[in-house]
Amino acid sequence: MSAEFWITQAFNGISYGALLFLLASGLSLIFGVMRIVNMAHGSYFMLGGYVGLSVVWRTGSFAAALLTGALALALVGVGMERFFLRRLPGQTLGQALMTIGFALIFQDLALLIWGGDPYSLPVPPMLQGVLTAGALRFPVYRIFIVVVALVIGAALWLILDRTRVGAMLRAAVDDREMAQGVGIHVPRISFAVFAVGAALAALGGVIGAGFLGVYPGADFEVLPYAFVVVIVGGLGSLPGAMVGSLLVGLLDNFGKALFPELSYFTLFAPMALILALKPTGLFGRA
Amino acid sequence: MNGAARTSPTPPAVRSVAAALHTIDGRIAAGGVALAAAAAVAPFLPSYPLTLLTQAVIVAVLAMSLDVLLGYTGLPSLGHAAYFGIAAYTVGILATEHQVGLAGCLGSALFLATATAALFGFLAIRATGTYFLMITLALGMVVWGLAFRWVSMTKGDNGIAGVPRPELGLPWSLSAPLPFFYFALVAATLAWAAMGVLVRSPFGLGLKGIRESESRMRALGYSVWLHKYLAFVISGFFAGFAGVLWAYYNGFVGPVDVQLVTSVETLLMVALGGPGTLAGPALGAALIVFLKNFVSVYTKRWLLILGAVYIGVILWAPRGVLGAFSRDAR
Repeated sequence: MSAEFWITQAFNGISYGALLFLLASGLSLIFGVMRIVNMAHGSYFMLGGYVGLSVVWRTGSFAAALLTGALALALVGVGMERFFLRRLPGQTLGQALMTIGFALIFQDLALLIWGGDPYSLPVPPMLQGVLTAGALRFPVYRIFIVVVALVIGAALWLILDRTRVGAMLRAAVDDREMAQGVGIHVPRISFAVFAVGAALAALGGVIGAGFLGVYPGADFEVLPYAFVVVIVGGLGSLPGAMVGSLLVGLLDNFGKALFPELSYFTLFAPMALILALKPTGLFGRA
Repeated sequence: MNGAARTSPTPPAVRSVAAALHTIDGRIAAGGVALAAAAAVAPFLPSYPLTLLTQAVIVAVLAMSLDVLLGYTGLPSLGHAAYFGIAAYTVGILATEHQVGLAGCLGSALFLATATAALFGFLAIRATGTYFLMITLALGMVVWGLAFRWVSMTKGDNGIAGVPRPELGLPWSLSAPLPFFYFALVAATLAWAAMGVLVRSPFGLGLKGIRESESRMRALGYSVWLHKYLAFVISGFFAGFAGVLWAYYNGFVGPVDVQLVTSVETLLMVALGGPGTLAGPALGAALIVFLKNFVSVYTKRWLLILGAVYIGVILWAPRGVLGAFSRDAR
């Protein structure tokens, strides 16, 4: 095991963690405000990738793919929230089960529209290539993912921590009833959070399609990762989602590199350990 | 039945016992009639419907096992296929590679499924509500990951084919559909009876109490954690039992048996039939098995229909088919 191995694997882990952050931050926020475990969140990721793919095929523009994918899935998310999930107020289990129903429908629709073959999203030339430093090689695309996650993370943090809307959102996370009592329109906040969460997941899906590809089943494959991130980090916490994504990205990469047959254990055993020590996750509040 | 009981002049204790006996009798009688009917019709059925009926009987055990957790204890597990799958894989591996007989396979499979449930329960029972849902899902995915990636043990995506039917030393070979149907029916009836006794025992009533109000049960001096934990482990045991039957029935074990969709389907069977009754999930299982197979004759869009059924049930019949027709308002 050379130093190159460790650095390369750590870099791969960090870039995968960056992708997971896009997925998990939305999941965490949706849970924080609405107490909904969104089982369709992986579907947003997959559908985002497929929509992005179709846009790239038609227009050839990667930026258009990112934008269209995010917008389309924001609409899907908002539609689910407004017309279905809102009809089951306070029913945590019913809402979770309903999102499973949506996840199944989305999976089958994706198969119907885009077929069963795996595709890779063509990446613009600017993001292709590899930066080398001695024997070390860093693909530009993975650096791009890290930069996107950093920008989005910083933007989310600024909004949540420094703006009036952010303060309203944090109030809704902490105590929905009180927030409503002091005049915050919580349903409107839920609406916005669902839109942003779905858009972020779709953004992750389009970007992820550039190096993981898009294929049937990608939705249920990424979902457990997103769950582990929010379980480890703590539901409803943005710093938790950041730390959790990084941790899960690294664990998954080193697990796959060092113990390929048992790679899921190397991911879930630390989760179990953290859970046993701190049931609400690293940054979660009871 | 509450309305009728309330008007009679008998003392409350007698009334409640009578009411309890009445429900027990009604449900057991209905279940018994259904089983007897299935047993009586079976010899006259063509092989395809008989196969589906066998499948329904086995899957019903899985659905009932989940209901011990979901309907009686109020814990929604999204990783129930794990115990089912572990037992099925144990039978698959032992029966094909080591030529182990029924007793050995059954014992090892039940032991491994129960041990896994004992370990997972230890991690999951700490959590409640949505956390429980997510943790069981994640733990279920661990088992799926092993089935998929631990190729030297599980043969990965190819799965284990050619699992032989067990030899019982009876004059009928279980490789024929009809004897195997009766074998599965007897096994499922035993499991149903065992779970029925369990949920009506003081322990089972304790579980129901926890479902209704955890804090009240704690105040009454019940060990809530232990009750939930035991319910989790017992539920895993019966899921494993269903897994054993499934491996023998199907002759093939693969990652599809432990995947998330299997757990989700099981959850839908319970939700569809009516959580908190054993007959309900069994009915739900039969409905899903027949629906799935009939639908797949006409279209490949099974998941689409499953998802729509899911959403419909949650919107319009949150207490399931039995719940929707039952006068017994909880």
